[in-house]
Amino acid sequence: MRPWKFSLLTLAAGAVVFALALAARSDYLFFAGYVVLQFIVLATAWNILGGYCGYVNFGTAAFFAIGTYTTVALHKIGTNSGRYLSGTAGELLQPLFPLSVPTLVILSGVVAGVIGLGMGYLTLRLRGVFFAIATLALAVVLQTLVINWDFVGGSRGAYIIRDEGLAVAGFKLGYIQYLFAIMLLLAAVALSVARLIEGSRLGYGFATIRDDETAAEAAGVPTLRLKLIATTISGAFMGMAGAPYPYYIGYVEPAGTFGLPYAVNSVAMPMIGGTTSWAGPLIGAMLLGSMQQIATVTISSAVNLLLVGVLLVVFVVIAPNGIIGLVLDWRRSRGKP
Amino acid sequence: MGIPLDLLSNAIVAGLLLGGFYAAVTVGISISFGMLDIVNIAHPAFIILGSYVAYIINATTGADPIAAAVVMLPVFYFLGTGIYQVYYAAFERRGQEALRGLAFFFGLLFITEVGLILAFGVDYRYVEARYIGPTWRLGFVDLPLRMLVPCIVSLLMVLGLQLLLAKSFVGRAVQAVAQDQLALQLLAVDPIRIKRMAFGVSIATAALAGAFLIIIQPVEPSVGREYIGRVFAICVLGGMGSLPGAVIAAMLLGVVESFTATFYGPSWAPAVSFGFLLATLAVRPAGILGR
Amino acid sequence: MTAPLLEVKGLAKRFGGFVALEGIDLDVAPGERLGLIGPNGSGKSTLVNCVCGTLYNEMGTVRFAGQALDGLPAHQRTHMGLARSFQLPRPFVSLSVADNLRVPLLYTVRRRSLLISSPADLDERCFELLQQVGLDGKARRRPSDLTQVEMRKLELARAIAAEPKLLIADEAMAGLSHSEIEDIIALLMRLNAQGITIILIEHIMRAVMSFSQRLAVLVSGRKVADGKPEDVVNNPEVVRAYLGQ
Repeated sequence: MRPWKFSLLTLAAGAVVFALALAARSDYLFFAGYVVLQFIVLATAWNILGGYCGYVNFGTAAFFAIGTYTTVALHKIGTNSGRYLSGTAGELLQPLFPLSVPTLVILSGVVAGVIGLGMGYLTLRLRGVFFAIATLALAVVLQTLVINWDFVGGSRGAYIIRDEGLAVAGFKLGYIQYLFAIMLLLAAVALSVARLIEGSRLGYGFATIRDDETAAEAAGVPTLRLKLIATTISGAFMGMAGAPYPYYIGYVEPAGTFGLPYAVNSVAMPMIGGTTSWAGPLIGAMLLGSMQQIATVTISSAVNLLLVGVLLVVFVVIAPNGIIGLVLDWRRSRGKP
Repeated sequence: MGIPLDLLSNAIVAGLLLGGFYAAVTVGISISFGMLDIVNIAHPAFIILGSYVAYIINATTGADPIAAAVVMLPVFYFLGTGIYQVYYAAFERRGQEALRGLAFFFGLLFITEVGLILAFGVDYRYVEARYIGPTWRLGFVDLPLRMLVPCIVSLLMVLGLQLLLAKSFVGRAVQAVAQDQLALQLLAVDPIRIKRMAFGVSIATAALAGAFLIIIQPVEPSVGREYIGRVFAICVLGGMGSLPGAVIAAMLLGVVESFTATFYGPSWAPAVSFGFLLATLAVRPAGILGR
Repeated sequence: MTAPLLEVKGLAKRFGGFVALEGIDLDVAPGERLGLIGPNGSGKSTLVNCVCGTLYNEMGTVRFAGQALDGLPAHQRTHMGLARSFQLPRPFVSLSVADNLRVPLLYTVRRRSLLISSPADLDERCFELLQQVGLDGKARRRPSDLTQVEMRKLELARAIAAEPKLLIADEAMAGLSHSEIEDIIALLMRLNAQGITIILIEHIMRAVMSFSQRLAVLVSGRKVADGKPEDVVNNPEVVRAYLGQ
C-alpha cells in the first residue's frame, strides 16, 4: 500500500475511534485512551532507532521529559509574559504567548530532536552497547538538571492549570477530548513516518545497520549519518509525546516524569509486538497499554509494572520476533511458503 | 585559592574511601562486560538485592552484614551461573546478543527492582553494626568507619580476584576466553563452562558490594539506578577488563564526586559520573589503561 | 608509466602487542590483475581491512586514484570505487538474497539519485548480478537458507554490485567445485576486460596462477615477494614459507 494511502487510512481509523469515544460520553475513556495513544507514539518512536537500526535507547523518559519540561517552561513564560519577556525582542514575542498545544508539540519535537542529534553525535560512533548505556546516563543527567532548576519547579514540581475547553470548528470540545485528538493525530503521523521509512531506501539502510554495520559500510551505507537521522526522528517524536503531558496531568514533578514506566514500556511494547514493522509497536502498545490501564485499577500499579517486566523477559527469550513473528511463523507452518 | 586545607583533605579522603567502595561495585562489571562482553546492566539490581539480603540477615540474626554476604556468596554465584545459562541458550548461541541481550538484562533489572518494591516497599532500610557509628580522626581528617571498613574489605576483595585471575588455572582461562575462544577449545577447556563460572563470580561480587552499600548508606530499591552509569563509566575508564584500572578509575570518580558534593551540593553528584561516562566515551573509549 | 590506481606505502597495523602488518608497500596499476597470497595469518585480510577502511592503520598511507584515503570512513571509500568481499561472509540476514544486492545499488551506485528506489529496474539489476554468480534461483530466499559456498558467491556479488573500479575478492572461492571455480575466474576475467582492476586473494594456487598478471606474497605481516607469478613461485623465501623448513 502506498504511504499516502496508509496515512489516510490511519487518520480515518483515528477519526472513527474519536467519534466512537465521543458517542460513549465517557471522560474516562478519553483519559485512558490518551495514555494508550501516548504509548503508541513512544513505542513507534523507540522502534525507529531500536527495532529498525538495532540501537537500544533506555532513556525514553529523558526525551519524553524534554517535551514535558519544554512545555512547563514555555507555559510559565506564557502566563507571566510581562515579567519574562521584556525588551524589544520580548515585546515582539509577547503576543505569541500563551502558546497553543500544537505549537508546543512542534517546539518540543525540535528541542528533543536537537538533543537527540547531539547525544547521537557523541556516542553513535561507538558500539551499540555504549550508546545504550549513554542513554541511561542522559536520563539521569537530565533528571539531575531538572531537579536543580527552580524555574520549572525543581524537585517540588510545577502545577499547570488547564483551560476549561476549546471551541474547534464550531464544536465545543472538552479539554481532555482536545488533548486526545492531538495525541491521535500525533500517533497517526508517527505510524505514517515509520511506514514510510520501512519501504524506503532509508529502511534498507537501517536494516543493514542492524544486521551488520561493517558490511553495511563496505556496501556504501553512511552508517553514522543514518544513525543520527534515526536518533533525531526517534527523539523528536518522544519529545512531542511528552509535550501535552503537563496539561493532561496537571502536576509535573521529576520522579514521576523520569520514572520507570516510560523506560520499560517503550522497550517492552515494540519487543513484544514485534520490532521489524510499524505494526509491532502499535500492537504492543495497544495490548500492554490497555492491560496496564485495567491492572492499575484492579490490582496495583507495582504488580502491573512487574508483569510488563516479566512479559518482556519471556518474550525476548522465547519469541524474539514478538507477536508479529509468532503470527508469521504460524502462517508459515500452515503451508504459506 | 582560599579553600581551607581541612575541607580539601576531607573531600579527598572521603572520595578515596568512596572510590574503594566503587571498585567493589564495578569489579563484577569488569568481569562480565570487560572480559566476557556481556552487557549486564542489571548488575546494580543484584547489588541492591545483596543489600536487602544483608539487611534481612542482619535484622533477624544481628550478624555482621559483611559476614552475612560472605555466607551468601555461593547463592549469588549459582544465581549468576543460572542466568548465564539462560543468556547463553537464548542469545549468545544464536548470535543475537546485541539488542535482545540488552533487553533481557533490562527486563531483569526491572523485575528485580519492582520485586523488591513489592516485597519491601519504598522505605529506606539500613543495617546495624559496631563500626557504623564511630569515626576515627587523623589530625583534621575524618575517617568514618562505616566508609573505611567497606573500603578496606573491598580492596581486599579486588586484590583476591586479581590474584585468582592471574594465578589460578580457571582465572587465566577466563582471561584467555576474553581474547581467543578457539585457542581455549584447542586446549580441551570448555569456554562455555569458563564463562559460566566467571559470570557466577561476577554476580557473587554483587553480594559483597551490596553489603558494603547498605553499610555506607540506607538503601531503597531504586538506588541501583544511579549506579548503572557509575559502574560502566568506571569500567570503561579503567580499560574494560583491567581490575587495577578499575580501582584507579573508581578512586578518581570517587574523588571527583566528593569534590562536587562538597563544593556544589550533593544533588549534583549523580550527574558527575554520567558526565564522566559521556566524556570518556566521546574522547577515549579505550580508557585510561587502554585495551 | 600510468599512475597506479592503488598506492600503499609503509602500511603498519598492530593489535596490542601483535604486529599484524609491517612496512607494506604495494602498488596496483589500473586494469591490473593482482594475486595476493600467503599462509594463513600472514595479514592478507588485515591489509584489505586497512585499505578499505574497516580498520585504521597506525602508520603508512593509502592512496586511491590519486586521493589519500587516510581517515576516510569505509563507505566513502566504497563510493570512490573500492569494493571488497569479506573472507567470512557477512550477509544482511534480515534481507532477502536479492535485497542484499539492492543495498550497494541504493547506497553506492544510485546514491545521488533522488528517487527513493525505482523498484523495477533495481530488481532487474539484482537478478542480473545473481545470475552472474549462479544464485538467481535463490533470489527470494534468506541468507540463512544458503550453503557456505552460496554465501561466498553472494559476498562476491554484493561487492560487484557496487560497480567498483577496484574489486578485492577475499577468498571468494573456498569450497567451490572445479567448474564453479572456472565460472568465477571467467566472471572476474570478464569484469577485468571491462576495465575493473582486481586483487584476488586466494589459497587455490591453480586459480591464482592462471588469473594473475602479478603476484604478491605476504608472510607474517611482511611482503616478501612481488613480481611475475612464475618468478615469485620459485622465490626461495616463498617456498620456505609455504613448505616450512
